[in-house]
This record gives sequence, structure tokens and C-alpha cells, in this order.
Amino acid sequence: MVSTNKSYVTTPEDLVTEAVLRAKDVNVYYGSNLAVRDVSLDIPYNQVVAFIGPSGCGKSTILRCFNRMNDLVASARVQGKITFHGQDLYGSGVDPVEMRRRIGMVFQKPNPFPKSIYDNVAFGARINGYTGDLDELVEDSLRKSALWDEVKDKLKDSGLALSGGQQQRLCIARAIAISPEVILMDEPCSALDPISTLKVEELIHELKQQYTIVIVTHNMQQASRVSDLTAFYNAEATETGGKVGYLVEYNRTEVIFQNPTQEATQAYVSGRFG
Amino acid sequence: MTSDFSSSNSNLWQPNRQASKRVQFAVKTVFAIFALVSVATTIGIVLTLVFETFEFFREVSLWHFLTDTKWTPLFSSAQFGIFVLISATLMTSGIAILVALPLGLLAAICLSEYATAKTRAIIKPILEILAGVPTVVYGYFALLFVTPLLQTFIPVQGFNALSAGLVLGIMITPLVASLSEDAIYSVPQSLRDGSYALGATKRETIVSVILPAALSGIVSSVILAISRAIGETMIVTLAAGQNPRLGLNPLVPVMTMTAFIVQVSLGDTPAGSLAYKTIYAVGMTLFLITLALNIFSFWFVRRFREKYD
Amino acid sequence: MTTQTPLTDAKSSDFQVNLSGRYKIDTIFAIATWSAIAISILVLVTLLLSVLIEGFPRLSWSFLTNFPSRKPEEAGLLSALAGTIWMMVTITAIAFPLGVGAGIYLEEFAKDSWLGRVIEININNLAGVPSIIYGLLGLQVFVRFMEPLTGGRSIISGALTLALLILPIIIVSTRESLRAIPDSLRQAGFALGATEWQVISRQVLPIAFPGILTGTILALSRAIGETAPLITIGALTFISFLPENLQSPFTVLPIQVYNWVSRPQQEFHVNSAAGIIVLMVVLLMMNGTAVLLRNKFQKQRG
Repeated sequence: MVSTNKSYVTTPEDLVTEAVLRAKDVNVYYGSNLAVRDVSLDIPYNQVVAFIGPSGCGKSTILRCFNRMNDLVASARVQGKITFHGQDLYGSGVDPVEMRRRIGMVFQKPNPFPKSIYDNVAFGARINGYTGDLDELVEDSLRKSALWDEVKDKLKDSGLALSGGQQQRLCIARAIAISPEVILMDEPCSALDPISTLKVEELIHELKQQYTIVIVTHNMQQASRVSDLTAFYNAEATETGGKVGYLVEYNRTEVIFQNPTQEATQAYVSGRFG
Repeated sequence: MTSDFSSSNSNLWQPNRQASKRVQFAVKTVFAIFALVSVATTIGIVLTLVFETFEFFREVSLWHFLTDTKWTPLFSSAQFGIFVLISATLMTSGIAILVALPLGLLAAICLSEYATAKTRAIIKPILEILAGVPTVVYGYFALLFVTPLLQTFIPVQGFNALSAGLVLGIMITPLVASLSEDAIYSVPQSLRDGSYALGATKRETIVSVILPAALSGIVSSVILAISRAIGETMIVTLAAGQNPRLGLNPLVPVMTMTAFIVQVSLGDTPAGSLAYKTIYAVGMTLFLITLALNIFSFWFVRRFREKYD
Repeated sequence: MTTQTPLTDAKSSDFQVNLSGRYKIDTIFAIATWSAIAISILVLVTLLLSVLIEGFPRLSWSFLTNFPSRKPEEAGLLSALAGTIWMMVTITAIAFPLGVGAGIYLEEFAKDSWLGRVIEININNLAGVPSIIYGLLGLQVFVRFMEPLTGGRSIISGALTLALLILPIIIVSTRESLRAIPDSLRQAGFALGATEWQVISRQVLPIAFPGILTGTILALSRAIGETAPLITIGALTFISFLPENLQSPFTVLPIQVYNWVSRPQQEFHVNSAAGIIVLMVVLLMMNGTAVLLRNKFQKQRG
């Protein structure tokens, strides 16, 4: 397998103007180890962008740069520039707490808080000083995440009492309750059964009406089903025996899956490795 | 056994299987008996307490035991109001938990969430030292350092529940801190991430997400600490005094259940005497209270433990 | 791309994030947690200093080699020190084999068995029993009931009482040390045709031993600092001679300290502070040994 060492294919030209998030020459280090290098891409407004690639290629690492979750890992260091509406996300004027309210995140494993369903959804709104009607907000968020009908009679029950798929939709409801502009999803279906996965995928379709979504997935079918754009990452071995991820190709999903320009992309989407 | 597997040198291998098995059986039996010693201890404690308490109640009615307002078992006109001793125990333990709960819990939060690995490595051994100080040393500290210190700004007597309670609180703080820290530390990182991703600050994450998730562990650590405070002997004997007195005034001398047991033990009390039986009745009361706390803690943890996989 | 939302849609403007106010509370909270640590350390330092300042000048060779006396300036720790050493040896001789044996049985032979579970629950309960209750047990069983054997209020009675007290700690630490050893090691032994006991005694125990020893020393240091159970069995007497055998009456360091603290005279308080220093040095030496063992053990495994 010959893979190019440079990710020269970046954002499709016609989308550049509408970028919500823009990464430019981003390198991420853990301690002294370079984990991902030279990532440049734009996340356009109200689109679903899928990050695919073999494990260890850094796709989750890049995702976590977009809401500065890497700040919480003491050894992590981000180089390069990431902008949100043109403003430097890592600039001195940006507060990660305020920024995270505007860029929501859904995690790999459902992680509802040990609180009632209602309090799970209301949590973000409460701490962020929501001034509207909380009951309405909770109902609205649960409706948008297609969970309302299943839980409307047991809002006081623990969020942990729900099934895995319901828990993940609760986490999505929790994320949209603070009206973010972007929702980052880190393999949101990897811990779910096929039926729950289908529900979450349908939900993503609904949500892209209002939100910009970036989704990391292991599942290529999922990427082709839900996304408008796809970024393919790969990993290469370093001289010191580690692995460093990089962006290989980024384009409209149908191009990535049907007519990629890079050989490695072709090999990955046709299932020859990864 | 041998013929099927015969090979050229099979006669070189002659393990004494029979002997090995016999040794194994003997060891297993002996160790099982050793393990049963702990069960025998429990049975011994219960039987001893029940037997002597039963003897006690043949001479003193349960009604008087529960309703008398004086505790004068060594007087000729003896009265046995156990609540006199219980009130003192509750007072010292109550003061102790008022000290240890905030101090221990905040320390646990600091160690788990704020301190770096390096700082933790320094502070945890210090807390372990605090936990390893013999209680008689704390008794010395309460009587000869804390009480005189208190006397400089509040009118406490030489023996009082306040200084005993405060020092008792210091004694159980490491217990609350270390067990609560275990509970807080074991809250999965995914919950912290979930909270931060919603725009919560560190304190909001700790107070609204981590502490509720660790609640069962924290409660059980606090109950264990209360039970330790109730059963503690040397601090209250030395610093709280030997005056059985009903009431909740922390500035005057009182006598806790454990202090009474010590008082009687210091004298020469022949077996079979009423005083001898009385310390077992008090011991039984103490045992039942701590047992009830343990059962409650066990129940609470089972009922409220959040399961994370 | 039309947006259809039937219900209210929260906007960014609906949030009054008030970051500066929240961060202010965050800072106060962080300071509060650090203060808790600071107070704990401060109290420990105060305690140690108050003892050192009071007792250090009193320390002398004669303080260690004199018997207790009614005259504070002549009183010494000899019988208490001797009693503590006697107790240390006797408790170890009783509790170590019992605790380690029981730990091995529960972890290696009776794992997940009915009996194992009963004993486990029982040990958890015993850990919550106040130490003075053990004293009441010791008084009834060892001092009264077994008086012909133990000689009443003797070293052996005290040692048996404290051995029972620390038995659960030794059992638990033995089990933890055994649990830390990977099963692959045991399976390798079984695959060579060894019996369970051969595997345990020759492969598992040697590796677990430092951990078990550490736990035992820590448990023992707990016993050495205990006062209440020994007072309950009646060990608080004026002892101005050295113990000769297990049936001898005795006193130990914490009891001698208690005795001096509870005297009204200031001179005896000085003695008690000096006694505390000696007691703490003994405990520090034991804990230091345990920590050294643990560090060595961890290095081997790491």
C-alpha cells in the first residue's frame, strides 16, 4: 500500500466561504509524541462532516480540538490554528467554558449524569444561565432528539435507567438544550445495537437542519449514509515506533466513496484495510 | 496411569501424588479453621454481650434503662438511664462529624480533582500519618492543648465535650478524606467530559456531577467515620470527663458510653457484680448502634450505587 | 435548508452565561479545598510540635530505663517499653499465621464459595466493631473464662485480644496481595502437574510475601497504638517489674501515656509527652519498614 505523505487535498473550494470551523496546519502532541500532524480543513455551515479512518489515525483527537477538550488532558498540546467563525479558538480572548456551550459534544459511550432525565437535559441550561422556560426547553430538546414520546411520563426517573440507545439520545438532547451551533459526535453509535444506531442516524438527518455536525465514525456505511462531506485520515509509523495520524483526503462524501483521488482512500473505503 | 503414557524414561518420574494430596488436604483444613476464627470472634462478641446483658436486665428493668434521667450505677441508689451516656456520645460524635465532613470531603475533592499527581504523592502520606496517630495521643492533645486554647476565648471547663469532639473530628478526617477520595476518583472520566462539554466550569462539574455520582461512597465513608467516632474511647475519656450528665451542653464535663466502660475497668470490678454486668449492657448498646450504622451504610450503598460499566 | 421548529427554540441570547461570577465562585471553592488540606496539615504539625516542645527535654536514658514511679522526675518507661515489645512479638506470633492462613484460604481455596462469602461479610462487619468491644470480649473470654491458661490480666490475654482486633486487617491485606498476582502464574504451575498447595507455597506466596508483610506490619502498628481494649481487660496497673512470661501482668506504652496524662500534676504531663515521643518513634519505625518494603515490592513488580 503506497500512501502519500502529504495531505494536499483539503476543503472543496465552493464551501470555503461558509466555514464555521476552520483548522489550519494543526499538530497535536501528547507529551513529546506527535499524535496528528498537518491537518487543515474547513467545516461548512449546516453540513454533516464525517471523519473516517483506521484506529489511531487521530480523527477523535482532531474532533476534541474543536471544543478544546484536549485542554483537560495535561500532556496534550495543540499547534497551528483553529478558528470558529473566524476567531482563534485557542486565542487569549476565548474562554473554553463559554466556547463549549456553543460547540456541543456527544461521546462514544453514552454518559448520562446520575440524575433524572429532566435534570440531565436541564443541566447545561441551568449552569449557563438560561433565561427562558426550562420545562419547555427540556420538552423541546427531548422532542428534537426523538426521545420525548418514550420518556415524557418518567422525566423524574434516573437517566441511567434508560437503554443504551435511549441514553445516547438523552445525551444528544442534553447537548442541543444549550443551543450549540456545532455538535461534535465521537463515534456516537459504536456502543449501540443496530436498531438504536438507525434511530441516532435518523436523528442526525433531522438535526442537520439546524446544526453543523462533525461525526467521527468507524463505520463507513454510516459515514456514507449520514454525511455530506467526508474526511479520510490515515496513520503512518514514525521512526521512533509510534504512530502519527494525518488527513489524507477531504471531499464530498460521494466523491470520497466513489471517486477518491488518493490510492489510500480508495483502499480504505473499499475495505482493503482498516 | 503410567502404562498408557509409558515412554523410555517414564521410571524417572515418580511423584508422590498421595503425599502431595494429603499435605494439600491438611493445609486446606487448617487454613479453613483459621478463617473460621473470624466468625468465632463475631459469635464470641455477640454471645458475651448477650449473656451479660441478659444477666443485667434480670436486675435492672429495661424500662428504667431507657427512661431514667440519671446514670449512677455505682451509687447505692443506683439509676441506669442509658440516654445520659448516649447523649454525651451523640454530642461528641456530632461535633466530630461537623468538623470531619467539610474538612474530609473538601480535602478529598482537592486530592482527587485539584492536586497534581506530585502534590497528591506528598499529601496522602501526611493524611496517613494523621490516621495512624494513636488515639491516646489525640487524647493528650485534646486535654492539654485544645482545651486550654479554647479556654482563652470561651468559658469551657477543664473537661468538656467540645474539645473532645473537635479532636475526635480531626481523628476521623483522614478516614472521610481517603474513602471519599476513592469514591470521587473512581467516577468515570466520561462523566467529567460530558459536563465540561456542556460548558460547565470545574467547580460546577464537581458539585453537580461528580459528587452526586460518588454519593454512595461518600455517605458510606461518613457513616464509617461516625461509627468510629461513637466507638472511640481514649479522646473522650481523657478530654470529655467522667460526669454522667443528661443534656447537650458542650462546655461542661460529660461521660460517654466508652468513657463509662473505661471508668469501671479502671477499678477492680469482680465478675458477676452489677457493675461488671453494666459495662456489658453499655457495650451491647454501643455494639447495636454501630451495627445499625453499618447496616444502614450497606443498604445505602446497595440502593444508591450508580453502576457504570 | 429550511428550519422548522414547532416549539420554542433557545437562542444564544437566551443564555446569561455570567462567566466572571461563576469563575469567582470556582476560585473560592478551590481555595476552600486547599484550605481543608492546609488545616489538616497544620493540625498535624501543631500536634507534633506541642508534644515535642513539651516532652523532648524530658527524654533521657534514665527515662527509658527507669520503672514507673510516684515521683514524676524518677518515673520511666522501662516496663511499658518491655511490655510493648512482648506484645509485639506475641501478637505477631498469633495473628500472622492466623491471618495469612485465613487470607490464603479465602483467596485461593474458597473463592466464591458459600463459606467464603459468609466469612467475607463477617470480616467487613468486624471492621466496624469498636475496639473497646474487643476489650469486653477479651475480658470475658481470655481474662475470666480462660484464666487458668492465660493467668488472667496477662500478656497473653492482651495479645489474644489485640490479635483478634487486627486479624481482619491482615486477612484483607493478604487477600489483596494474593489477588495482585496474575492467574497465569498459577496456571503455569497447574500445567506442570502441581497441586494447589504446591503452586501457592512455591510460586504464589514468595511473590506475595512482601505485600503480606507490609500489611501485617501496618496492622501491628495499629495494635501497638491501641489503649482502650487493654484498659478494658484490666491492664492498667502499676507495673514496676519486667514481664517474665506470657502469664505475667504487663503495661504498654499507650497505657503508660494514658496514666500520666490523666494525672493532674503538670510534671506527669511532661512525662506523657515524652512517652508519646517514644511511642511515635516506635510506630514510625514500624511504618517506615512497611513503606520501604512496599516500595521495594513495587519496584520488583514494575
